[in-house]
Amino acid sequence: MGSLLAASGSASDFPLLNALIFVPAVGALLVALLPRSRPDLARPLGTLFAAIGGALALALAWQFDAADAGFQFVSQQSWIPALGISWHVGVDGISLWLVVLTSVVVPIVLAGVDPHHDPKPYTAWMLLLQAGSVGAFVALDLFLFFVMFEVVLVPMYLLIAGWGYEGRRYAATKFFIYTMAGSALLLVAIVATAVLGSPDSGITFDLQTLAEGQLLGENTARLCFAAFAIAFLVKVPVVPLHTWLPDAHTEAPTAGSVVLAAVLLKLGTYGLLRFGLYLFPEASDWAAPVLVTVGVVGVIWGAITAAMQRDLKRLVAYSSVAHMGFIVLGIFAFTAQAVGGGVIQMVNHGISTGALFLLVGMLYERRHTRQIDELAGIQSAAPVYAGVFTLIMLSSVGVPGLNGFVGEFLILIGSFETRPVWTIIAATGVILAALYLLWAYQRVFHGPPAAADRQTADLRRGELLTLAPFVIAAVALGVYPKPLLNAVEPAADKLLEHFEEYSGFEVPEPGDPVVVNHGDDAGEHDEDGH
Amino acid sequence: MAQIQDVFVSPTVDWWVLVPQIILVGAALGLLLVASLAPRALPSWVATITTIATGAAAAIVAAVQWGMWGSTPRPTLNGAFVSDGFSLLLTVLIGAGVAMTALVAHSALDRYDMAPPEFAALLLASAAGAVVMAGANDLIVLFLGLESLSIALYVLIALAGRRASARESAMKYFVLGAFSSAFFLYGVALVYGSTGGTNLSGIGAFLFGTVRETDYLLLAGIALLLVGLGFKVAAVPFHFWAPDVYEGAPSPVTGYLASIAKAAGFAALARVLYVAVFQQSTAWKPIVVALAFATLAVGAVMAICQNDVKRMLAYSSISHAGFVLVGLSAVPAASGLVQWTEGGGDAVSSSVFYLIVYSFMALGSFAVLSVIGAELRSPEPDASAHALSRYGGLARRRPVLALAFTVLLLAQAGVPLTAGFVAKFEVIRAAIGASGYVLAAVAMVTAVVSAFAYLRVVLAMYAPEGSTDDDDDIPSARAGRPRWGGLPLTSVFAISLAVAVTVVVGVLPQTLLEWSRDAVLSIIL
Repeated sequence: MGSLLAASGSASDFPLLNALIFVPAVGALLVALLPRSRPDLARPLGTLFAAIGGALALALAWQFDAADAGFQFVSQQSWIPALGISWHVGVDGISLWLVVLTSVVVPIVLAGVDPHHDPKPYTAWMLLLQAGSVGAFVALDLFLFFVMFEVVLVPMYLLIAGWGYEGRRYAATKFFIYTMAGSALLLVAIVATAVLGSPDSGITFDLQTLAEGQLLGENTARLCFAAFAIAFLVKVPVVPLHTWLPDAHTEAPTAGSVVLAAVLLKLGTYGLLRFGLYLFPEASDWAAPVLVTVGVVGVIWGAITAAMQRDLKRLVAYSSVAHMGFIVLGIFAFTAQAVGGGVIQMVNHGISTGALFLLVGMLYERRHTRQIDELAGIQSAAPVYAGVFTLIMLSSVGVPGLNGFVGEFLILIGSFETRPVWTIIAATGVILAALYLLWAYQRVFHGPPAAADRQTADLRRGELLTLAPFVIAAVALGVYPKPLLNAVEPAADKLLEHFEEYSGFEVPEPGDPVVVNHGDDAGEHDEDGH
Repeated sequence: MAQIQDVFVSPTVDWWVLVPQIILVGAALGLLLVASLAPRALPSWVATITTIATGAAAAIVAAVQWGMWGSTPRPTLNGAFVSDGFSLLLTVLIGAGVAMTALVAHSALDRYDMAPPEFAALLLASAAGAVVMAGANDLIVLFLGLESLSIALYVLIALAGRRASARESAMKYFVLGAFSSAFFLYGVALVYGSTGGTNLSGIGAFLFGTVRETDYLLLAGIALLLVGLGFKVAAVPFHFWAPDVYEGAPSPVTGYLASIAKAAGFAALARVLYVAVFQQSTAWKPIVVALAFATLAVGAVMAICQNDVKRMLAYSSISHAGFVLVGLSAVPAASGLVQWTEGGGDAVSSSVFYLIVYSFMALGSFAVLSVIGAELRSPEPDASAHALSRYGGLARRRPVLALAFTVLLLAQAGVPLTAGFVAKFEVIRAAIGASGYVLAAVAMVTAVVSAFAYLRVVLAMYAPEGSTDDDDDIPSARAGRPRWGGLPLTSVFAISLAVAVTVVVGVLPQTLLEWSRDAVLSIIL
């Protein structure tokens, strides 16, 4: 603990995390205050502020001490002392890459995707989205987290409702109501956790105090966990709470879809880790069979439904359901590899699915259709586009050498130790993913092109630049995922130690021969970790 | 028998305690006097300024009194009236509410053909009634306050009598209000019969001081008091008047009805429940919980069915009343003598917090409605100007007004960083502290349902060009006035104030939380 304080003391002279939240927020305010006569300034100014956030996030990753499993860059200020609420933020290996992902993706899509109308409010909402998402990932106070979790909703809702496609109002409202319904229970559970689980010294909403204290009774904790879990599972989403997602994704403007896939869905799985496993270890163990089941059902259901879609964007949306199901499986397998793999997969899903939505959006710009039936032979007209699409698609499928493989592989290996049957079923989802994506690719890019297909323009330079970071990240993290893993592993180990201490669940650890007593399926152990 | 011939001893009066009421009543009478003696000498702005000044003065005096004795209650008139943190905080709210209502009404008086001095006098008289209700420590005084508030309101609504809807509205409110007053009075009689007193603290002390069997007379009395006050705060199933009256009344008056009148009703309810009959909480808690369930559910579900924005806000006001009831139902699990002396604790402070926040949101929302109503006025006088379709594209015509309305609506929906969220949070916290988990969960779910109703309005306002068919009927759409241009400045000021309170309390709620913590009920023994 002393080393933690010393380490963060030197680094936190500049409140980096607060800056990551407030720079985009201030940017949003400035953009909103721009004079009406100069709407053309909105996007450059907004992009600048978002990019400053992105640069700060990269600096954060650079300064982050991967060996330290605790929270770093901690900043705590009193906010509402009457309720024991403080502005408490910090980052560890689990949240680090999500913060970086958020802060980098938003400036890219702001710069790269044209909103077509009303650029001023659009830019302001995007910046607010960035601020809120980063805030949710770094919040270490339940109240603060809930505020950020909800704040994200409003800009996303307005982005879908204002800049989306034909069914946008229905989709936006559905998105809002689903998520609000989940967070209604979340709020009650947060209050209950704080009221009943606070130490005698007074009510507190501080995550660390509550998680280390573990003062809730067993049944209360389980009920609270159930409410937390439902809120997060709506956000993930898992089958059967997922029906808002295809609509929201399909009707959202391209930038909205990208941020939704890359960032907002992660709030659900991140929440399950930070506010599920960490805050309610015993209850997580208790509910794990159900959660693993819904995760695996999501993998299979999402894959099969994706294969049946006629709309390319809807297909990508359903593939998200499948990918996120993997992450839920990994989290509730309770092994270091699976949890670490889940975190990695969150980042990689953000990269590959975000890029897929960008690509589909670019295709729509050209053809004004996303129907697979109406497209054919795009490859010959737009070879560069097809090439990028192929690469990103393969990364999404999880081909070795690209980023998607690392997370999925770790999840499967880690989960096999504790949930072999479910893992085997989930592994078929990998095959299905290859099936639906390759099939769609074949129909859209191969075959005889019609006249309209032949005139589809190839990628412009700006679009290539927009896609370049995604492509580079997909290849680089596929070939050399070590930096990612290095930061995630200590945090995941620490989380599981905490989980083990309070849940009674024995976490099998490949590096530690003493603990292994039911890991007879030990063939996997040598594959990783070294 | 000798005692009966005792001479009447007049109680000592602590005049300083009664200054807010005196200011309000004095200004009301003065305005009426001047208006009747010299009708031409009184332009409408004089009445408005007087009302605002009076409201502000009452609020400031209450604030000063809070500073002087806020934490130690100061009773007067033989303990029939008490000035404590609870009543003073509500007096500040009532004063602010009066000032805001006067600001909003100023530009609307002509439109509704309401005479300015009469309007101002009635407004101030009703506010005086509300202040009395907030501090009444005696059932008779409570009834006096209730009646001054109500009678002034009946006339206030009927003042816009050129419109059939206002007349209908006033009549409905009057007939049902008279019924509820009768219920309340009967309840007072039964409680008096059972406990031998009308002093609230006295009743409480009597109930804690005696061991008794189940007293059906008392229970019936409590039930009737609940009916009477339930009507005032429009709790389901006593809510049927509210949507019609709110819809028919002029928008500024509706705002006042929905905020201050409701707050006064809840103040009385809190005092009766937590000071007088707290010992019987096992009997009335289930009733309050049931009222809360019904009020939340009906308010939320009916709100989403409405195609008229004003009517939607009326139902949403009902569901907000449900939230306050959730707060009031948070009786601590062991409700004995010790809890009684805490004066309601979390239950009362969270309800007060909710009432204050909600009052500003409601006043602001109806102020927006009043402004829009003037703009969207249709040729036939009784047609509703507030059909949802007429709000289409408001964001293009009036971007700032639409933004302000959006903030107020999102706050009512309970979106974080607005005051509405903190208020809901407080109430939920109180409910959970008293083990009301199911009620808390249901309350939050109904909040989501009503969020849908608010979102419909927001969506309509921000609908893109061409999606609304009747853009051409609306004069200002053609005129294309910029931003605030042409809007009455007084209303603009009131709306800005409401939005400012909503946002500031949403981000930094600490101060108001502390105030509401201090605003517990005092028990005078």
